[in-house]
Formats: sequence, structure tokens, C-alpha cells
Amino acid sequence: MDLRTRYLGLELKHPIVASASSLTRSLDDICRLADAGASAVVMASVFEEQVVAEELREAFLLEEGAETQGEASGYFPERPDDHRGLLDAHLETLRLAAERAGVPIIASLNGASQQGWVAFARRLEQAGASAIELNVYRVPADPRETGESVEASYLEIVRAVKAQVHVPVAVKLAPYFSSPGNMALRLVEAGADGIVMFSRFYEPDIDLQSLTARSDLELSTASEARLPLTWVALLAGRLDAALAAGSGIESHEEVVKYLLVGADVVMTASSLLRHGPEHMGTLVRGLETWMTSRGFGSIGDLRGRLAVSRRHADPAAFMRAQYYEILSHCWAAPSSTAPALQARPDHRRL
Amino acid sequence: MTAQTTMMDGNTAVAHVAYRVNEVCAIFPITPSSPMAELTDDWSAQGIKNIWGIVPVVQEMQAEGGAAGCVHGSLQSGALTTTFTASQGLMLMLPNMYKIAGELTPTVFHIAARALAAATSSIFGDHQDIMAARGTGFAILGAASVQEGHDLALVAQAATLEARVPFIHFTDGFRTSHEYNKITLLSEDQIRAMIDNDRVAEHRQRALSPEHPVIRGTWQNPDTYFQSRERVNPYYAKTPDIVQVKMDQLAELCGRKYSLFRYDGPNDAERVVVCMGSGAAVVRKTAAWLQRRGEKVGTLQVLLYRPFDRERFLKMLPPGVKSIAVLDRTKEPGAAFEPLHADVIGVLADALSSGRLERMPRVIGGRYGLSSKDFSPGMAKAVFDELAKPSPKNGFTVGIIDDVMQTGLDYDRTLDIEGDDVVRALFFGLGADGTVGANKNSAKILGDRPDGYAQGYFEYDSHKSGGATISHLRFGKAPIEAPYLIRHANFVACHKFGFVNKLDMLSSALPGATFLLNSPYGPDDVWNQLPRPVQRQIVDKNLRFFVIDASDVALRLGLGPRVNTVLQTCFFHLAKVMPETEAIDAIKHSIEKDYAKKSQAIVKMNNAAVDAALAALHEVKVPAQISSTRDLPPIVPASAPAFVRNVTGEIMAGRGDDIPVSHFPADGTFPVGTTRYEKRNIAVEVPIWDPDLCIHCGQCSIVCPHSVIRAKAYDAKALEGASAGFKSAPANVRGYPDARFTLQFYIEDCTGCGLCVENCPAHSPTDSNTRAINMGEKLPILEQERRNIAFFETLPEVERSRLNLGTVRGVQFAQPLFEFSGACAGCGEAPYLKLVSQLFGDRMQVANATGCSAIFVGNTPAHAWAADANGRGVAWANSLFEDNAEFGLGYRLAIDKQTEIARDLLAKLAPSVGPHLANAILSADQKTESDFAHQRSRVAALKDKLAQLQTDEAKRLLTVADYFVRRSIWIIGGDGWAYDIGYGGLDHVLAQGRDVNVLVLDTEVYSNTGGQASKATPLGASAKFAAAGKRIPRKDLALQAISYGYVYVAQIAMGANSEHALLALREAEAYPGPSLILAYSHCIAHGIEMRLGMKQQARATASGYWPLFRFDPTMRKAGLNPFRLDSTRPRIPLEDYAYREIRYKTLTRSNPEGAAEMLKQAQAALDERYCVYEDLASRDGSRFLPHWEDATE
Repeated sequence: MDLRTRYLGLELKHPIVASASSLTRSLDDICRLADAGASAVVMASVFEEQVVAEELREAFLLEEGAETQGEASGYFPERPDDHRGLLDAHLETLRLAAERAGVPIIASLNGASQQGWVAFARRLEQAGASAIELNVYRVPADPRETGESVEASYLEIVRAVKAQVHVPVAVKLAPYFSSPGNMALRLVEAGADGIVMFSRFYEPDIDLQSLTARSDLELSTASEARLPLTWVALLAGRLDAALAAGSGIESHEEVVKYLLVGADVVMTASSLLRHGPEHMGTLVRGLETWMTSRGFGSIGDLRGRLAVSRRHADPAAFMRAQYYEILSHCWAAPSSTAPALQARPDHRRL
Repeated sequence: MTAQTTMMDGNTAVAHVAYRVNEVCAIFPITPSSPMAELTDDWSAQGIKNIWGIVPVVQEMQAEGGAAGCVHGSLQSGALTTTFTASQGLMLMLPNMYKIAGELTPTVFHIAARALAAATSSIFGDHQDIMAARGTGFAILGAASVQEGHDLALVAQAATLEARVPFIHFTDGFRTSHEYNKITLLSEDQIRAMIDNDRVAEHRQRALSPEHPVIRGTWQNPDTYFQSRERVNPYYAKTPDIVQVKMDQLAELCGRKYSLFRYDGPNDAERVVVCMGSGAAVVRKTAAWLQRRGEKVGTLQVLLYRPFDRERFLKMLPPGVKSIAVLDRTKEPGAAFEPLHADVIGVLADALSSGRLERMPRVIGGRYGLSSKDFSPGMAKAVFDELAKPSPKNGFTVGIIDDVMQTGLDYDRTLDIEGDDVVRALFFGLGADGTVGANKNSAKILGDRPDGYAQGYFEYDSHKSGGATISHLRFGKAPIEAPYLIRHANFVACHKFGFVNKLDMLSSALPGATFLLNSPYGPDDVWNQLPRPVQRQIVDKNLRFFVIDASDVALRLGLGPRVNTVLQTCFFHLAKVMPETEAIDAIKHSIEKDYAKKSQAIVKMNNAAVDAALAALHEVKVPAQISSTRDLPPIVPASAPAFVRNVTGEIMAGRGDDIPVSHFPADGTFPVGTTRYEKRNIAVEVPIWDPDLCIHCGQCSIVCPHSVIRAKAYDAKALEGASAGFKSAPANVRGYPDARFTLQFYIEDCTGCGLCVENCPAHSPTDSNTRAINMGEKLPILEQERRNIAFFETLPEVERSRLNLGTVRGVQFAQPLFEFSGACAGCGEAPYLKLVSQLFGDRMQVANATGCSAIFVGNTPAHAWAADANGRGVAWANSLFEDNAEFGLGYRLAIDKQTEIARDLLAKLAPSVGPHLANAILSADQKTESDFAHQRSRVAALKDKLAQLQTDEAKRLLTVADYFVRRSIWIIGGDGWAYDIGYGGLDHVLAQGRDVNVLVLDTEVYSNTGGQASKATPLGASAKFAAAGKRIPRKDLALQAISYGYVYVAQIAMGANSEHALLALREAEAYPGPSLILAYSHCIAHGIEMRLGMKQQARATASGYWPLFRFDPTMRKAGLNPFRLDSTRPRIPLEDYAYREIRYKTLTRSNPEGAAEMLKQAQAALDERYCVYEDLASRDGSRFLPHWEDATE
């Protein structure tokens, strides 16, 4: 069975990649994922604002109380020369992971300033990232900001980063554009080597007890696969770039679906968080078994079979027809006994 | 090769050498020597090698006594070994020092010489400690400057190896140990050249070894001990020559010449001052100034004090000397002469009697500079002047006004002997604003220039929060030898505007000097904001006056209160000590050096601050006339007691140096409750009460470290005459429909820490950001709140017998007898002290181990323990660091014995005083507040009767009648005391079964000396002496105490469960045997936002790291399990608690893999320990010791 695929110019042994999450932050976990069979690992995102805020906090706390009274010039040991900021620690993990994990490590970056995007990307490249995923998380909270300017800022980021780094660059995209396909196309024109669909926005909830916004992580579920599935189906074969798809991968079935609509790789975080890194092996074996049972010999045979570009001359008309079909035949009352998801114990609130 | 010069302080200069010529360092922190130990530990952790290419091992011990023992053992086993200490630490080493010297063992103890604790204690420098060690047999070699400290450290090491006599090498604590100066570093080769490896080999050969066994340290009898003791004499006889040889060898290597005695002055000098340590440099400079004015004066500095080389001393004296003054920086009460004085007299008398001296010069002696009292050229001149008098004073003092024994010499406070070639700058900063760090940096920038020299000395306030720092900086083109404070400055900077109303900063300004003020008021407005004395000095001295709103610049750039970079840039611009562009480059270079590895963002922010500084700097057009009518406000109110006005207030005003001797108590007894006069006003934002939202729960006041939040419940009628704007709310008290409740904030004493706001559970139902307490700006409400406080104080305290002290809600009404301490803002220790004072304060006697809690409650003039309106309150004393448990047990024994005496006497006198009263007193139950109230009134009645009786027995009973009121004994200290230095004593005291209450304020590090690891430091946390993270779990002191079976033990964390803390404290106090309470105390040394300290305590408990429990032996007697696990099972992983603290988190930056491993181990250790507690909690009550108690039943 030939499960090999290419993504961002990287030769991968199969198409299932661990996407950025808390499970891809430490060297230990990254190695565990690689050992469990991930073909590549997208390291947890570096958030520029977090790096800056955390470094400031640490530096200030370390100096708190210093040189205020005669008995103590400070309250902490002299920091050794190898003491590093948060970013350096991240880069060190990246460097070691690239050395030891045995699979490509893709760095994920979430910048906050134009300068930050470029500077951080360069340092990620220097630390040994095989590729960089730009995780653009930008909420246009100001209603006066136009869609055009939002789009322009995305393109600007890609151009700036591409001008400074040599490794392939992918853009993780949100689905909320008037024309996501056009956005993807322009990003590729701006230099993106790959598009990752989609990033999930973690919209806050409201805590009725304290009347405050509450942000907590909700893992994705299989039903969320529909949106990226649609867009991968629509764009596969029509962009001069690699396509990665994520969200809602619970079992090998979603993996197969994404491959069928044309994804080069499939990325999962939620299922690994839910079931542990070893779930990676289950997904790969599931894919292999399914392909064997259906007589597929390689990923190439499978990929893009259901991509719209391969099947329909007018994809837009196809989409409308599907919409109509769904509305007329599939509308059903929601189940009142939908099983609640088993939530992980919430350790974050006291 | 050109020699390397660098700026460093005395401790670094000494440690640099000590580290390179030793293999083992056994250490224990004590001010001001701690930095030497810390540096060697850092260097060892970094793998820096000594001159033989090995990395010395640095071992922290549990006490100085332990360090000395460890040094002794290491020396006996052949390693080159050293230690660093001071003061009482050196005293603890004395027994071993006799042994080490007796055994002729080469070693150097490096001492930052410091005052000894007598009636009062001091961390500052003098020679009392080394003088107390002069009988040990150690040679004593003293340095007068940073360079000398560096060089003589090596001379001492080279000489000890040759002579076999061990050495004390000392610098003056703080004055030299903490002075920054430019020195020429000894190269590794030079150090290597001084150490004779043959002598090292001989030292190793003498070590104990089973390969050639010997026995050393035998016990001897009258027949032989004496001879053995005398056998060492030849070694001492040779030592002075050896030291001189080594000094000469050093001179050949580096060109700096030293001799055992240094004489400076003309050959025909008639008056000579003999002095040791940094004071000699002051005398020398002053003498040179006098010589230029034609006076025949000279200075003789003693470098090698022991063994005292009589011949060399005599040779050094100018032949025609007529009078000599010997200055001792020590105090030996009752001695005929102070030690150096006695030695000089003895040597001269001997020379005279043996004919080597023709004529005996007149020799007088005097004391100076105790506890780092500044020793200025004016004082040195006074000594020379005294020598010129026909009948000079002997046994004089200089630098104080002695109106008791009239020992003081008058001196000229304005004498300025320094030339214009030295720029002298004074900076007044606020503790947290980075001023000291910036000035060290400025000194380094200037001192590192090839032709530049600089000196920095830093004065600190003893408050741990909001204190002032004064930086004294000198810059010049020649080496700066001026070990005294700057009183004549070319440049004065005030980094905190509020100081203009408190400190007299400009009295030190020279005419025409520059004054830089960090001011919220611009150049056009600032003049009118200055009080009259400040305006007057600006005008009279024709000062150039500049303002900058540095706080605003720093705030805008995200630097918070750190105004240092902004003001440092202004200093270089105004002082013109070097080309400005070069200065700015140097500042930016040092910013890069300090922060590049930690955060590029900080580098950017500071660089921006440099760039923004000069644009915000403005010269003020000084009016020709002063216009202000406002004088400096008085420090203490006129209504304060006389002592507070004349002594306390004067010290608070910074005029302590001028208080005459007679004003002081002879025995160190001071009034309590003086912090209330301080009104430090250090917070910009303070809590503001919203009576409408408040639920009167008491959660704010219980966590307030500074007792700033006071609650009263009273009848509505009491509100008549209240100041307008006085806040109150209906009190929910059953049976008192007209009761009102007021929460009063003492905002002038508030540090603005925010713990109360964070702990307030009452949120607005419509706005979660609003609580019943919210932080708000202080200035707009200050006047109103002053009026409110004045009225609040007229409201009656709620009677203690009416309070429910078993609830947090109830205890808020109990008056704290611990208030406004100098603790850090948001301190985790202080709330416990306040709480015990509320519960037991009016009958409480405290033994306090040295450490934070002793300093922030008992640093004169601010004494935080207080008394109530009846004059009853907390009686407090601090013995030492190591003996606190024993000290407290002493209280108990004395009180028990005197209670017994009282009971016996009362039983005898019962017929005379009335059997009913006597019986009531003798059988009184003393548990509740009303019990105590009744007993007190009975004792008062008894005293009345006794006063009438006039019999001897009645008189005797009067002296002990107060003991009928049960006293509450508290032994309080930190983990450094309880787990380490005082552990042996604590264990012994717990084992006595006596009724003492031990409260351990557990910060898990030596907080007071700056965060060194103790045995309470947890696995995975970094601390000084455990910089790479502590590798073993903390000691379980609670389980150790529980193992006795009859000790009440509780582990509490106020932030996790304040009701539990309250319960445990009350149970412990009520338990009639020993009690031990471990109180989790968050600390600045943990690296947390102190505002969130209580929340962090809650996390410590939620993670299972700090489970709450009580072990109550009385339960076992009732057949129940005495161990109650009072907190829930771990609910969050350790990581969620630990990684909010820098002490843990920092390791993830320097050693991510090691940090991850330690975290796993720490979690495993926690899990294991928790299992033990759970096992204990689920046992059957019969399975607890001690059963021997039941055997008699």
C-alpha cells in the first residue's frame, strides 16, 4: 500500500498530519506523536502577543523587589546565560524536535504586527522548521473596516513573510470571506505554497454567573467537517498550491472523505486531544484498511475523486443544486436526545 | 598584557578570588555577606573553574555553625575550603574556629564585617564581629577598599597555606562589601603565581586518610593540654613575615604595594591616627587635606591585626609622634580600652619600658562608625583636632551626640575636602523604580571608560515596600577613594515627586548644582507645588532646576513604574560627564546586554524610553523669590507621646543621626504601635468601599497584610456628628435593628496591593467588574478619608466578649494589634500575624525568629505590634535566628513558674483577700473572651486588695498577679528558621509537651535575605543556592511533628480557606500542649503578581500541593481519628499551580527538558504525599500514637 503524499514540497509517508494544538507544544509530546505515526507535526502556534506579554511579565516579576532593601539585591538566582525568552524556548523545542522526531516539523505562527510576522517567521526558519504555517487570526472588530482591507492585510502578511523566508509557507484560513476561493487564489498568487482549511475561531461564551465572557476550548466534532469538505471539494485542482484540510476528524472515515474531495493532507488536533497521541496510529491503520477493502493501491488513486473540478463543469450551479436538495429532502427535527460530548475535566477554572 | 579593570562591589571582588583558590565552599546566607555565597553558587552552577581547572562545590548548610563544621571536616579531608559570613553568623562559627586554628589548618573565612545584635540588632557594618573572633587564633587581615578586598583575599590565601594559621579576611560590611568601585582585576595567572602548589600538596598530605591514619583532636589533661596549646607559637611568630612576603610577591606581580601597617604622612608628623578598615581611607584623605594646610599629621592603617606585629608597628610610626588617636569601629562594654586601642597602648608601653622607645606619646582612643554610621572627613578632622588639644578626650566617640557621658567630639558637618575634579551625584529613588540598578549601570558606563573612574554606594530604607533609596555616585579621572556619603553634590535627582514633602534632599546640593525632579507638574506649574524649604534652597543656592514627567513617559511606553532609563538619560544629558551620544550608545548597549536574551520587547521599550527622555525634559525658570507658604508637614502629630515626637518622629524624618544618646532607652525597650504615625502614603490607587454592594463578610479585612481595613458595628446613634461623606450601611446583626456597619480604609497606610479587591466575593449583579471594593485614585479622596478615619476612631470598638471570633465575619470586628508593617505590598505572611493579633493580641507574648517577620514588625522606628485602648497588646522580642523556639520555651517556663508562685501565694492569702475571690481566680475557666474579661476584673479586684495588705507576701503576689490571666505564647518565624537553622531547637521544644504555639510563616525560601533555598523549598522550584531547581521534595515538617503524637499540628492557607485557618489557629491556641502551624505564605520570591497571592494559595491547595489538615491529639483521647484532611482531593494538576510562579517557570526557559522532568517528579512526590495523608485521614482512631499515655489508665 502506498500512502505517500506530498505537502508543501515535503515528501510525507502518509497524509495524516498532527495539527497545531497543546499536544504539539513540548518535545516529549511531539516525539510521542511522531512515534505514534504522524507523518508530520505542525507545532503549537507561537502567538506574538503572548510571547511579548509573557516575556514582559517574567522580566518584571523577576525584578520585583530588587534593589529596594539592603538585605537582598533581588529575590531570584542570577539567570544563567542560557536563560531564554519564551520564543527562544519555543525555538529550542522546535530545533530539538526537527532533530529528533524523524518527521517534518511545520512551525505555526500567529503574528500580531507586520514586523512580528516577518521577524518570528525568520527565527522559526532558522530553528529548523520544514515549513511555516501562517495562522492568521484576525477579527475585524471595527465595523468600519472593510472586507477589502482585511483581505489586503492577509496578502501583505504572506508577501512580507515570503520575501524573507525560504521554506514553504502555508496559510491557515478562516472560512469567513465573501469569496473564500478567490481569497485562497490571491493568497497563492501572493506566494502561499499551501492553504489550510480552516482555522476555527474560538468564539467566547457568556458566563451567566459572573456576567463575563468566558473563553474555553471546544474540540471540533465530526459534523464540522462539512464546511472544509465543501471548500476543499470546490478548490482542489484549481489552485497552484497544496491543500490541507482539518476540523472534525474523528476516524479514518473523515480522512478518506477529505482525500476524496482532493486534500493533499489531512490535519487533526481534536481527535488526538480526545483520544491521545496514539490515536494517530488508529487513523493511519483505519485509512489503510479502508483503502485495502476498497481496492485502492495508493493515495494518488483516491485523492480528488470527488473534487468538484473533476466532476462538474459549473461548480456553482452544483452547489446550488445540492443546497436545494438538502432543503427539500433532508430537513428533519433535531434530536432532543443528542448525546452530550464527554468533556474533559475542566482544570482551568477554580 | 594590560590589566583588566572593571566596576564591581566589594563582595564580588572578594568572592572572585576566593572562588578561584578553593575547592569547597560551605555557605549560609547572612547580610551583608550573602552576595559572596550567592556569587560562588552561581559560578559553580555555571561551571566556572578555579585556577586548577576544577569547578568548586558549593554547599548550603542549615546554619553558620553547620557551615563551620562542614568547613572543618572538609579541611581535615584535604580540600581547600572557605566560607563567607558576618555578625552573629561568625559568632556561631567561633567554636569551630578555635579547633581549626588549633589544628593549624590553612583556610580563609571571608567576612563582610557587621554589627552584633545586642540591645538592638543591625545589619550594617562595623568591627564588632571580627573583634569578637580575635581570640580564636585566626589571623585577621582587613581591607579598606574594594581593590584591597580583592588583593588581600589572595594575600590571605597565599599566606595561610604558607603559615598554616587560618585567616579572617574582612571588608567593612556595606561600606566596602556593597560599594561599587573600579578595580584592576587579578588575572588567573597572577592568582596562580601567588599560590604555592607545594603548600597545597602539604595541606592535602596532612589530611586524614586511612592510607596513613592519624588521630587528631584528642582529649588532654592538666599534664599536657597547656604545652600542646603553646606548641603553635612558632607558627604565629612567622605569620607576619609570611604575610609581608606574600604582599611583596603580589606587588611584583601587579604593582600594588601593601604592608602590614601602612603609614601615610610626613616623617615629622606629630599627630597620628591609627585606624583599620575603610575608616582608614577617610582619615588618610582628611590628613592629606590637613597636610596641604601645613598640619603635621599622619595616618596609620592596620591591615594585619592578628598576629599583631609589634616591631613593624613601631617602625611605621613617625619618630617624632607626640600624640596618637586609635579609632575602633567596635564596642566592648566594660573594657579598659577598645581592642585596637589596647593593643597600641600595650605595644608602646612595652617599647617604652624595654627602652626601645624614648618617650611615650599620648594615646587616646575612640569609637566611630558603629552600624555603618557614616564616618566623614569632618569627623576625621575632629579626631586630629582633638589630638592637638592640651587635654584630649580619651574614650571618645565621634559622629554622635553623647549627652550622657559626654564622650562625643564636635565635628564640622559641612567640611568638604573633595575637589572639583570629582562629580558628585545624589539620586533619591523609590524602591521599585529601578533607580539603584540604573545608577550601578551609570557607574559602570563611566568607570569602564579607559580614563574614567566611578564609585557607587547605595542607602536603602528598611521597609520592604515603598521605601526610599539614595544612590551616592562619584565620577572622576582619578581613582576614587572616598568611603563616606556624599554631603556636597553637584547633581541631585529626585525620582519621586512625593519626596519633596518628606526628605531634605537639597541640603546636600552645592551652590550652582543641578536639581532634576521627576514631576507630574510641568516647568510652568511645578514651582507652586514645592514647599517653602525646597524653594528656598533652590533660590539661595542658585540651583539649575529641571523637571521631567518620567513616570508618564515610562507608563506610556509600557514600563510601568520603572522610570530608571528615562531619568538615567536625563542625568547623562545634564551632568555632562561624558559625550552625550556616547552615553546614549552606552545606555542602549547595556539595555541590549541586560534584556536581549530575555525579551526583545523590553529592549525596544527601554530604547524608546531613552529616545523619549530628552524631549520631555524641561528647565524651570526659577523665580527670584520664594513664594510658597507651605512648610514640610510634620511627620508625627503634635498629640503623639513625647518619645514618639522626639525620637520616633525624628528617625522617621531622616534625622536619626542627630538624636542624642540620652533620648534612647538603655536596654533596647521601645514603645509598640509606632507604625501608625508613619503615614507613608505609598499607594497611588487604594481600595474604595461601596456600602451598597458589601455583604460584610470580612474576606477583605482578613487578607489585608497591613491592617488597613477596619470594620466596626455600632448603634446608629453614634453616627451623630459624623463627618459629611462618612460611609456606613445597615448591619445585619440579629437583635440590633439600628446597628450600622462601617468598613474604614486607612488609605495613607495602604500599599495598594489589591489583595482585598481580589478577595472580595461581592460583585455587582449588573457589572461583574464592580465589586464591593474597587481600586481608585487616592489623591481625590485623601482629605475626605482623613476626616472619615478621625471620626471612625471615635466609634467604640465592639466588645470582644460580644464577638464571634470563630468566623471570618466575626473576626473582622476584633481590633488588630498588628498594623501598618513595613512588609512587601501584598505580603503573604503579614495577614496571619494580624489574625493572631486579633484573636489573642491582648494576652499574647511573641518570640520572633530573625527574618522578614522580625524586620517588618520591629525595624526602628516603625514597630507594628500594637496595644489596645486599655494599654494591653502584644509583647514581642527577637532573640536570634537560630534559637527562637528555645527562646519561646523560656517564656513558657518563666510564665508557668510565676503562675505557680502566684497560685501558691494566693492560696495562702485567700483568707485575707477573700476566699470567694481567691477561689474564683484559681479555678477560672479561661477559654472564651468573656472568661478573660471576668478573670481580668477579678485580678484587678485582687490587686486592689493586695495593695491594702502591705504584707511581704501580698507585695510578692502583686508582682506576679498578672499571670492569673492565661497568656498566649507564640513562637513565630519563617521556614529558614523552622526547617533549617532552628530545627534542632524547634524539635526539642515540640518534644517538651509545654503549651507553646509555633507559627511557621512558610514562604519556602529565606525571604529576608533574598530568596535562598531552605529545606522547605519545593522540588522543581529554583531559588538562590538551587538555581537549577531543587531536586528533592520539601521536608514534611508536619508529619515529623505528628509523629510525636501529642503535638497539635495544622497546615493552613488563608487564601485556600480562611475559615479553616481561623479554626486551626484557635484550636492550636486552646490546645494545652505544643502546637505547630504551617501557614502557606505567598512571597515576592515566588515571582507572582502579589495581588493574586491568595488565589495562588487556593491553587496550591486545589492541586494537592498544600493540603489543609489538622492533627488534634485531643481527638484521639476521644477515640476519634485526630487527623482531619480538610481540603478536597487534588482538583488541578500541579502544573496549573506551579507554572504561574516564576520560581518554577524560569526553569522551563533555561532547561526545558529538566523542568519537564522535575515537574513530573514533583507531581509524583505530591501524589505520594497526598496518599500518605489520605491514609492517615482514613485510619481508625486507635491507630494513632501515643498509646503509652493510656497505659496508666
